Amino acid sequence: MRYVDEFRDPALARGLIREIETLAARLERGRDRPFSIMEVCGGHTHAIFRYGLEGLLPDIIEFVHGPGCPVCVLPMGRVDDCVAIAERPEVIFATFGDAMRVPGSRKSLLAAKADGADVRMVYSPLDALALARRNLEREVVFFGLGFETTMPSTALTVLRAAREGITNFSIFCNHITIIPTLRALLEMPDLGIDGFIGPGHVSMVIGTEPYRFIAEEFAKPMVVAGFEPIDLLQSLLMVLRQLEEGRAAIENQYARVVPDAGNPRAMGAVEEVYELRPTFEWRGLGSIAHSGVRLREAYAGFDAERRFAVKEVQVADPAACRCGEVLTGQMKPWACPVFGTGCTPDMPLGALMVSSEGACAAYYQYGGLRPPQLEGAA
Amino acid sequence: MNPPIPVLTAPRRNLPKAVTLAHGGGGSAMRDLIDEVFIETFKGTKGAPEDQARFDLAALMAQGDRLAFTTDGFVVDPLFFPGGDIGKLAVCGTINDLAVGGARPVALSCAVIIEEGLALDTLRAVARSMAETAGAAGVPIVTGDTKVVARGACDKLFITTTGIGVVRTGVEVGIARARPGDVVLVNGQLGDHGAAILNARGDLALESDIASDCAALHGLIDRLIDAAPGVRMMRDATRGGVAAVLNELAAASGVGVRLRESDTPIRADVQGFCEILGLDPLYLANEGKIVAVVPPEQEGAALQALRAHPLGGGAAAIGRITDTRPGRVVMETRFGGERIVDMLVGDQLPRIC
Repeated sequence: MRYVDEFRDPALARGLIREIETLAARLERGRDRPFSIMEVCGGHTHAIFRYGLEGLLPDIIEFVHGPGCPVCVLPMGRVDDCVAIAERPEVIFATFGDAMRVPGSRKSLLAAKADGADVRMVYSPLDALALARRNLEREVVFFGLGFETTMPSTALTVLRAAREGITNFSIFCNHITIIPTLRALLEMPDLGIDGFIGPGHVSMVIGTEPYRFIAEEFAKPMVVAGFEPIDLLQSLLMVLRQLEEGRAAIENQYARVVPDAGNPRAMGAVEEVYELRPTFEWRGLGSIAHSGVRLREAYAGFDAERRFAVKEVQVADPAACRCGEVLTGQMKPWACPVFGTGCTPDMPLGALMVSSEGACAAYYQYGGLRPPQLEGAA
Repeated sequence: MNPPIPVLTAPRRNLPKAVTLAHGGGGSAMRDLIDEVFIETFKGTKGAPEDQARFDLAALMAQGDRLAFTTDGFVVDPLFFPGGDIGKLAVCGTINDLAVGGARPVALSCAVIIEEGLALDTLRAVARSMAETAGAAGVPIVTGDTKVVARGACDKLFITTTGIGVVRTGVEVGIARARPGDVVLVNGQLGDHGAAILNARGDLALESDIASDCAALHGLIDRLIDAAPGVRMMRDATRGGVAAVLNELAAASGVGVRLRESDTPIRADVQGFCEILGLDPLYLANEGKIVAVVPPEQEGAALQALRAHPLGGGAAAIGRITDTRPGRVVMETRFGGERIVDMLVGDQLPRIC
C-alpha cells in the first residue's frame, strides 16, 4: 500500500536498528541504568506493540508508556456522568467506539446500552450531528473525548450546529490538553525520563512550539514522531543522538504531516468554542490545573453538562489499581498487583486495561513474550 | 402433436406488500406466504403434507461412514451487502460448517423469523438468493419454518439453517489434531466479509469496492482432502477471523502457532480500510475462507489443489505449528519483531486517534 509500506520497510528498519545499537553501545559505557524514553501518545504505544519494536531494540533502551491515551485517563466519575446522561429516556448518546467499554463505578456505556440506553457508536462528531437532524424529537449528546487531535472536529461540529440552528444537539465535553500534564510530569521530583517521543496527531494541530519548555526549562530532548515503525525507530535514533551530543531540543520527525506552526484554522475553531477549565481530573494522575476544556458561554446551549445539570461525581479509583504509577513510568504494567489477575481486558479494573492504546492492555494483548517474572518491576 | 395440456393451478392470491402478524398466525395467510415465497422458490411441494424431510439411510451410508449435523443462526445487518445477502450467507455458512468437518453436505433446513412490516419483495429476494445458492451448491433446502414477530422483537429478518452431511470414510479432522511442524494454510485474502459489512452499514462514508467473500466451500474442501488426505483440521474463519480460529486451535491442540505477517494475504483496500479505522484484519470475519492445517509433507499438494480451484486462487501458507509457547499465537512482523495475536474480548472497537 502506497504511503504505508515505505514506512514499514524491513530493510530500512534493520538499518535503523543497527544505527540505534551502535549508538546505544557508545552511550551505555559508564551508565548504571537504562535510557527511559517516554512515548507520550497512546497511538505510539499501540504501534510499538503491534510491530514488536521493544524486542528488536537493545536492552539499554526502555519505553515508558505515557499519559496520551484519552480513554485511559478519563476518570471513573466522568464515565458515571456519561452513563447517567445516556440513561435518560430522551437521549441518544453518541460515542467513539473505544469509549464503550471503559468501566464506570456502576457500569460501562456498553452495559448501559445492554440495559436499554440508546448508545450509538459513531466515527465522527458530524455523524452525531446527523443523528440529531434525523431525530428531532430526541436529545443527541456527543461524547467529546480526546486531545487536540479530536478537539477541532468537535469544535467545528458545534459551529455547524450553531449555524444550522440545531437545538437538540449537545456535547459532553471531556477534551483535554496534553501540555499542562507534560509539565506536571516533568515537575515530579524523581522522574527518570531521559527523553520524549512527542505525539504526532496532537502536533499536527498545535505545532511544535508549545513543547519548547520541555527542552528549555527541563533540558529533555523531544522528537515529534509519526505512527509507523520506521517513524518510531527514526525518532528514537534522533532522541539518542541528542542525548549523545548533550543537546535538548524539540525536533520534528513527522514533518510530512506536522507543520511547525500547526494548523491555524483548527486552532481558530478550538479558540472560538472552548475555554480552559480551572482544573480537570485525570485518572491515575489526579487533578491538573488548566488541563481540560469546556464550551464557552456563547455555546452554552450545546453544553450537555449545563443542559443536563451533570453532577460531576467524583469516584476514587479502585484501591488495588496502580494506573498512576504506570502512567508516570514508575511501574511497569506487569508489576501492578492486579495485572492479569484482578484486571484483564475482559474485566478491566483500571482504565489502562481498557483501550488497546492503554499500556496494560497492550502488554496483556501483544506482550507477554518475555516472562514478566524475569524482568521484575521497573 | 397435441398441444400440452394446461396444468390447473389454484388461483394465485394477492399477497400484501409487507409481512404482517397475520402471516405468522397459522392460518391461510401463513400458508400462502410459505407457499408463494418459500416453497415455490425452493421448488418444494406446495401444501407440504409432511412437516419433515425423510432420507433413505442406505443412500447416505453409501457416501461415507458418519453423519454430520450442524446449525447456525444469521442476523446480519444490512440484509444485502456487496458480494451477498443474508440468504446466501445462511446457505453458504451451514454448507461450510459441514464441509470443514470433512462432510459432504446432503440437505439443509431453513427457519426464518420475520419482523412484521418487512417488505415482501425483500423476503422474496432473500428466498431467491437462498434457492440460487443452494441450487448452485447442489445442496437442497428440504424443510423449514416461518415465524412472524411484532415490530421491534427482531431486526427485519433472522434465518437459521441446519444441515446434515456425510463424513467421508477415512477423513479424520479435528481442532485438537494439529502437531508441531504442521503448516497453516488459508485459501485466499482475509477480512473481505468483515470489511464489506462494516462499510455497507454506511456510517463510515468511505468509498470502496470491497465485497464479501461469501461462498460455499464444499467443492474446494473436497479437492483439498483428495490432495492432502492427512489434513489435520479445517475451520471457516468467520466471526473473530483467522485470529479466533488459530487461538482455538492452539488451545485445543496444546501447540503454538507462528504466523508470518509477510505471507498473510490481505487485499490492499481491506488493509487500507483497517488502517483508517484502527482495526486488525486478522480479526475480521470471512465467509469464504478456511484455515487448514496439513502435515508438512502434504503442504505442496494441498496448496496446488487449493490454487487450482476458483475459490482458492489466493491460497497461501501463512505459518507453522510449533511446540514452543503452547496455547499462544505469535505473529512474526515484517521486520522480525514478534507480537501475540490474542483472542478478542468482544468486537473490535475502532480507535479514536
